[in-house]
Amino acid sequence: MNQNLYKYLIRLGDDSLIIGHRLSEWCGHGPILEEDIALTNFALDFIGQAQSILEYAGKVEGAGRDADDLAYLRYEHDFRNALLVEQPNGDFALTMMRQFLFDAFRKPLFEALTKSSDEQVAAIAEKSLKETKYHLKHSSEWIIRLGDGTEESHKRTQDALDTLWRYTDELFYEDETDKALEAAGIIPSISKIKEEWEKTVNNVLTEATLTLPTNGWSYGKGRAGLHSENLGYILAEMQYLQRAYPGAKW
Amino acid sequence: MSENANWPLWEVFISSKAGMSHKHAGSLRAADAKMAIENARDVYTRRSEGTSIWVVKTNEVFASDPNDADAFFDPANTKAYRHPTFYVIPDGVKNM
Repeated sequence: MNQNLYKYLIRLGDDSLIIGHRLSEWCGHGPILEEDIALTNFALDFIGQAQSILEYAGKVEGAGRDADDLAYLRYEHDFRNALLVEQPNGDFALTMMRQFLFDAFRKPLFEALTKSSDEQVAAIAEKSLKETKYHLKHSSEWIIRLGDGTEESHKRTQDALDTLWRYTDELFYEDETDKALEAAGIIPSISKIKEEWEKTVNNVLTEATLTLPTNGWSYGKGRAGLHSENLGYILAEMQYLQRAYPGAKW
Repeated sequence: MSENANWPLWEVFISSKAGMSHKHAGSLRAADAKMAIENARDVYTRRSEGTSIWVVKTNEVFASDPNDADAFFDPANTKAYRHPTFYVIPDGVKNM
């Protein structure tokens, strides 16, 4: 099997799965009915992405595991999502900021992955890109509204940015797995993705009258399986049923 | 929830296919037209109902008075000759 491709797919799929789960926590708690439905739609988009990415990861691994096995039967240290996506929802500004910082990364990534030399990766990227473009539009517009809104919404949005900024560097983490896949034309150069991310983030945050944090301190070893305490709680809730009733179906 | 009441109400019209008329789908609240269109996308087209969305502020819609219904609509009742049912529609014509 292609060990590198498997590792990469797990990172990609876990990002989608965990942020999808976080968004699903908003179900029934959205600030207005319309936004509640939007957030739940996005949660389903992400869980759908996770399903196709993890399904393919299972095939690449070749050990007979499917998407459900990978989602529900792995332990915390086997998850490879970035710490950004497991951060708690906080207030609406924090959720939208987390979403915006992530969508701004995912859009150029999926755009580039549509040209992957691996056909299955290209097909998954093609399908996910359409959803991602809409997610980014939605989260950007909220950041601009909230940042350039009232005194309170501005403050909360700036606080969200200051809280989450330390987790953004990890999105551009690169190791020998990435380098090998890049050489094989399966994934793009991460530095190009970072350039585009910075451009989007600068444009939107400027329009939102927000200030980029100057603190260069960054944190995050999620790609190595070292998570914040948040992930354990997420998995406890997400995996409970399969752990308590192995193989349960409905 | 009082702050929600400050957001205007919008009426949503969805066209299911290019070229078909926009039909009333329901209403929602949004701060402005841009948000209304996005909310309409999320609320009313999530099961592939549409290819085009119109929104209009509810208070920009003017309606006929139900008290005038007799004068408005009853005179049309006995005029069967106004219905185009005396023609045979060719097989090739769709959407009628």
